[in-house]
Amino acid sequence: MGFFKKLKDKFTEQTETVTEKFKDGLTKTRDSFVGRMNELFAQYRTVDEDFFEELEEILIGADVGVSTVMELIDELKDEVKLRNIKESREIAPVISEKLAEKLDKSGEDADLNMQDDQMTVILFVGVNGVGKTTTIGKMAHSFKEEGKTVVMAAGDTFRAGAIEQLEAWGDRVGVDVIKQQAGSDPAAVMYDAIQSARAKKADVLLCDTAGRLQNKVNLMKELEKVKRVISREIPDAPHEVLLVLDATTGQNAMSQAKTFGEATEVSGIVLTKLDGTAKGGIVLAIRNELNIPVKLVGLGEGMDDLQPFDAEQFVYGLFKELVEEETGEEKEEEEIENTRE
Amino acid sequence: MAFEGLAERLQATFDKMKGRGKVSEADVKEMMREVRLALLEADVNFKVVKKFVNDVKERAVGQEVMKSLTPGQQVIKVVNEELTKLMGGEQSKIAHAQKPPTVVMMVGLQGAGKTTTTAKIANYLRKNNNRKPLMAAADIYRPAAIDQLNTLGKQLDMPVFSLGDQVNPVDIASGAVSQAKEEHQDYVLIDTAGRLHVDEQLMGELQEIKDTVQPDEILLVVDAMTGQDAVNVAESFNEQLGLTGVVLTKLDGDTRGGAALSVKAVTETPIKFAGMGEKVDQLEPFHPERMASRILGMGDVLSLIEKAQTNVDEERAKELEKKIRSADLTFDDFLEQLEQVRSMGPLDELLAMMPGANKKAMKNIQIDESQIGRVEAIVRSMTAHEKQNPSVMNASRKRRIAKGSGTTIQDVNRLLKQFEDMKKMMKQMTSMQKGKKKGKGGFQLPFM
Repeated sequence: MGFFKKLKDKFTEQTETVTEKFKDGLTKTRDSFVGRMNELFAQYRTVDEDFFEELEEILIGADVGVSTVMELIDELKDEVKLRNIKESREIAPVISEKLAEKLDKSGEDADLNMQDDQMTVILFVGVNGVGKTTTIGKMAHSFKEEGKTVVMAAGDTFRAGAIEQLEAWGDRVGVDVIKQQAGSDPAAVMYDAIQSARAKKADVLLCDTAGRLQNKVNLMKELEKVKRVISREIPDAPHEVLLVLDATTGQNAMSQAKTFGEATEVSGIVLTKLDGTAKGGIVLAIRNELNIPVKLVGLGEGMDDLQPFDAEQFVYGLFKELVEEETGEEKEEEEIENTRE
Repeated sequence: MAFEGLAERLQATFDKMKGRGKVSEADVKEMMREVRLALLEADVNFKVVKKFVNDVKERAVGQEVMKSLTPGQQVIKVVNEELTKLMGGEQSKIAHAQKPPTVVMMVGLQGAGKTTTTAKIANYLRKNNNRKPLMAAADIYRPAAIDQLNTLGKQLDMPVFSLGDQVNPVDIASGAVSQAKEEHQDYVLIDTAGRLHVDEQLMGELQEIKDTVQPDEILLVVDAMTGQDAVNVAESFNEQLGLTGVVLTKLDGDTRGGAALSVKAVTETPIKFAGMGEKVDQLEPFHPERMASRILGMGDVLSLIEKAQTNVDEERAKELEKKIRSADLTFDDFLEQLEQVRSMGPLDELLAMMPGANKKAMKNIQIDESQIGRVEAIVRSMTAHEKQNPSVMNASRKRRIAKGSGTTIQDVNRLLKQFEDMKKMMKQMTSMQKGKKKGKGGFQLPFM
């Protein structure tokens, strides 16, 4: 089982800073997950029904989602039979392998679809209070750092104070905000913003929209219209439609991803507030069941705390301690493997 | 995404054991597994689920279920009862201090909806309890959070206390309380910044506010869509601040809201309000028994019944029923009925409350309110004579109606045809029902 070794090697090659930030941000997720896994292995020496039930609970407790968990457990049971595994410790690498497999299922890369020859338009959608405006502010900051010209469109004309919030970010980051009055048509704001961003020869246009619950048909139609207006002005835009998801959200995240996906062809997910939660397992369910890649994660309140998401890195983060134990036991493991073969 | 209700899940289990007559202990185990999965899918915390399922199992294995002829319904009944018990049984009201002002602190994670909820509660207190609330803007961290509360204050024409974002939230809170005393406002609602329960520094700030203003209520605002972590959040806020209640927001979404149960179980404080929409008046007192059915996916039947009862005039309904029986329904009646249904709230909201609304069949039905608006426009463009006597309609009248309502002649024709079909159908239905006992009210929805 050289899986973790492979991962570890990969990470030593990576730029330390990104990995550090990622690891720090995931401390909570990791501690709780690893802690419980270790408890599980300590409590159950042998692999039996009770062991699986407990494992099921750990995964569900991380918001992985019932159907994905059930699928995973079934696969694990098969593996246990196939490989004739009896000791619980032996199953640990199989679990992480399966988890990484599910996360990496689509094989798509998580890079943003940036345009070289024209302005890149990114539309942000999501339910209320997930952190759309904050994410846009953070993204504007990182694009600006890269030397790009950025324009933000204040498309949340509904919520009190939303336009002011984006403007505050504009001032902080030093980026222009195109706005109209509160209550005006968001599609009209987008039209204005495109014209204005073109005139400014902007590289990136970030479009904010009002938060809306996905079961409100009228509001979802409004969002479709916003997207239509953008596409009419720039045929292949928006180049990215990013669904912003709150990492503390439970199973409803699936419904959000599905409905927003249908209405606006979501191309990627931004998972926010991942730093505070012991969870984030919903990433797995979304990847596994809906096949939408997670492109960015929010790991804190600072301007630099928005990071690109890497599935392998995520699993590594979760299993850091287990990895270290395993690589120490690597020799022993290989021996076991050899005798099996 | 199999978001079936518990009722359907259990039904599937029973179908498997049909014909065996008796329910064995293994069957009960199987049923409990379904209960457990349903609760987990509804985002109830797994620890809470574990305890709950054990409690139910005890009752189920003991006489109650196994001897019953309808074990499925019996299980649902037991589950529903236990769940309601756990949810806190009765409705709970907001505190009222002996000596005004009553100080209420709003706390929670980022994005839960504290600011909106603050305004909603202020509005609720004024509207229903005739109080004079003062809102205090103590969120100095999130950009424009103070603007948001100010805007809401303006909308409601209600005072907002703010000292800008350069002043310590503790001073803002105590400043608000003294102003309320001077100006005889009887409630002070303190909107604090969203923070992570693990952020020691910011949690310390909340404790300081608490020590300074001695609030009568500390309400934790929780997003109904929160997953398994709801338990940790609630536990942590409760330990550090001593919560007195919870407000559940975004319940107008399609989440099962299992977080409600988790939060209730760990804090043992009542859920006092439920946020039901983005508008300031969309706040309702929390009904524990209804939440139980929702988590189980059984539909909010009670709410629906209540809505219908308050909004439909019994007398008129009877009159209408008579008319339907004699099949001389006019467009005036039609319009009236349309309005009655509409006054109960948005149709999708109504539909969502019906049992089975989450079932697969309902998933494809999308209620387009504008479609109903169009129908209304057409009817309203008719003359009084036309409304009373739909048979007088001719090409020229139709043309005029289409023009007047901004629709096409095809639209008008379609509506007229539907109206005729509906009349026919009603006639058939009433003649069919004649044999049966006469129904209480004539509450029917012709266009649905």
